[in-house]
Order: sequence, then structure tokens, then C-alpha cells
Amino acid sequence: MATAHGAEHGTTPTDYIVHHLTHLKVGEGFWTFHLDTLLMSAVLAVLVGWVFRAAARRASAGVPGKFVGFIELVYDFVDGQVADIYHGDRRFMVALALSLFTWIVSMNTMDLLPIDLPGSFAAVFGAPYWRVLPTADINGTMAMALVVLLLIVIAAIRAKGVGGYLHEWIAAPFGGHPLLWIPNVVLNAVELLSKPVSLGMRLFGNMFAGELLFMLIALLGFLVVGATAGSAAGFLAQVAMGTAWAIFHILIIVLQAYIFMVLPVVYIAMAEEHH
Amino acid sequence: MTVNATFIGQMLVFVLLLWFFWKFVVPPIAQAITDRQKKIAEGLAAAERGQRDLDEAKTRADAVVREARERANQILDQANRRSNEMIDGAKQAAGAEGERLLASARAEAASETARARDELRREVGALAVAGAARLLQREVDPAAHAKLLDELAGEIARG
Repeated sequence: MATAHGAEHGTTPTDYIVHHLTHLKVGEGFWTFHLDTLLMSAVLAVLVGWVFRAAARRASAGVPGKFVGFIELVYDFVDGQVADIYHGDRRFMVALALSLFTWIVSMNTMDLLPIDLPGSFAAVFGAPYWRVLPTADINGTMAMALVVLLLIVIAAIRAKGVGGYLHEWIAAPFGGHPLLWIPNVVLNAVELLSKPVSLGMRLFGNMFAGELLFMLIALLGFLVVGATAGSAAGFLAQVAMGTAWAIFHILIIVLQAYIFMVLPVVYIAMAEEHH
Repeated sequence: MTVNATFIGQMLVFVLLLWFFWKFVVPPIAQAITDRQKKIAEGLAAAERGQRDLDEAKTRADAVVREARERANQILDQANRRSNEMIDGAKQAAGAEGERLLASARAEAASETARARDELRREVGALAVAGAARLLQREVDPAAHAKLLDELAGEIARG
């Protein structure tokens, strides 16, 4: 979230934005690692896993406490969504949807931290850059989407066998005539690949845009130069717009996580259907 | 926004998280919820059974009370009838006893009357003999005039 202390002294607005869009990197070329993305997502994954494991250990057939009750509420919500879409043994689907939903919500929520706080905190440990939002890194979102793609293919092969799955590639949707094999393959490739691409790009786009808007709102802090009317206007505008966007952003955080939770289940359910 | 090796790391993190949820989070929660559902279903069934038992017991209790009331009424009727019978019987017995006493009194009175009459007749006979003796200044032989005296006594007794 934007705070009034947006601008670092001695930098231009461009420098400020660029600084906030730069990852903490190690490595060269393809073998570059975004340490901030990796660390934040791993820490949040451990946190989410630990919280849910703690609730799972305490869950019993008796009356649940407030903590376990809350976790069960989340579980019930996800389970209900999966049950509507996926018919059959849905334990793995629930695990997939639950881990996606909780992890993405926790990562997206990092966007609500004061925008300069993570960077300043990281600077204490000597890190020059720190992007706190793993879902605003295309690596983060596309990695999840690729795992989903693999799960779709595995589910399809499990349901139809390797032969059946390959046959579907060449024979669906137009028909089994040899002349139609190439159009079928092209269409299937587009259909299959569009799923992870749209999944990953949707989440990335939403969170990147949200983060960028927080940065732009924070730029209003550059107007604060002293005890002038302009400073006051800039300050008030920053606080008002930052608050409004943060509140609206809560919706986006949960909505995007929800979409990323439901669509993989839909895709896998579709992949297991026989044509 | 370049794709690089971070991608691989992120996939690994996600796969591990997914595996963790699949193995350690979802089964216990699902188990707990299933168990609780079963428990609640059992509780509801037990409550229903209890309600049904209660209804049955109420019906049974009503029947028992009704029967007891009928029986009490019966007993009351019987008692009333019996008491009436006893009263009637007593009345009849008293009436019969009264009659009997009356009859015996009458009989006694009659026998008393008859005795008095006999005595009177005897005395009248004696008096008549004595009077006649006095009138005739002589002894009348009752044996000689017994027929006459008897006639006289019979007239007195009749009269």
C-alpha cells in the first residue's frame, strides 16, 4: 500500500518506478534466479502449509475451535467449488484447488504491504532490490500454470490411456480422416496451450497492474516538497487514492486466486471427458 | 518480466506445496469433516428416535390413563350398584321383618283375644252359674246344666 513516504530523496519518478520493478537477481542469462520471488513464495508456501497442517492435525469429529473452524470454512468453500465441477474421487483436486487458492491469496496479499516497506527492510540486509509480490513475476504465475498444464495432460492420459489420448490429438474435434489430422493437431495444440498461458498471464497481468498502480499512486508523494498547498493536495490525494485502491485490490486478490483455483479444476475435468 | 530459471524454482515450490496439501492437509480435514457429518447424522437420528419413543410413551401413557379412568368408573358404578342393592335388600329385609313382626303381633293379639275371650267366657259362665244359684237360692249343678251354660257362654263369646 502506498504511503506518504513514497519518494526516495534524490531519485526521479522514473528511477523510483524502475527501482520498484527490478528483481533481486543472481545468475546470468536464462540461469538467473529472482531471489525475492523465490524466497517470498517459498516462505508463504511454508506459512500456508504450516497453518493448514496445524489445523488439519487438530481437526476432529468434535466441535471445532475458532481457528480450526475458519480453516474448515475455507476447506468447505474450496471443496464445494471442486465438487460442483469435478465428479469422481476429488481428493487430489481439492488439494490442488486448496493449495492454489491459499498460496495465491497469501502471495497476492503481499501487494497490500506498504509499497516501500519490503524494499527498505531488504535494504537492511544489503539487498538493493526487493519485489515482494511473487504473482507479479511472470515466472511465478507461469510456473504454476505449467504445472497445471502437466496435470491436465497426466489426467487425460490416466483417463484415456496413451493411445486414446494421442488418438484424440489427431482425431478430435474435426474427425478421424487423415486429411484432418493436421488441423486437429493444430487446434488441439492451441486449445491446450491457451489454457496455461491465459491462466498465468491473467494472474500476472492483474497483479502487475495492481502493483504498478500502487507505485503510481506513491508517486504523488513526490509532490510533497514542504509546507505548501501543493504538498497538502498531493499528500491527501495519495492517502485517499491509495486507500481506495487498496480496498478495491482486496477484491482482486481473492478474485484472481479464485479464478486460478477454479479454472485448473475445470480444465482437468474437461481433459478426463471422453469425446 | 523475463522468463528465466526462477520459473523452475517456482514450479518446484508449487509442486512441493501441492504434494504437502495432498498428503498432509486434505486427508485429515476431509476425514474430520466426514466423521463429524456421520456424528451429526447419528445425533439427528438418535434425536428422532428419542422423539418417536417419547410419542409412543405418551400414547401408551394416555391409553393407560384412559383405561384406569374407565376402570375407576366401572368400579364406582359397581360400588353404586352394589350399595343400591344392599340398601334395597336391607329395605326388603326390614319390610319383611316388619311384616313378620306385625303378623306375629297380630297373631299374638288374636291368641290373646281368644284367650281373654275363653277366660271371659269361663268367668261369665261361672258368674252366670253363681248368679243363677243366687237367684234360685240353691246349688246349681254345673254338670246338670252344662249344656245351657255352654250355650250361654257361646252367646256371650259371640256377642
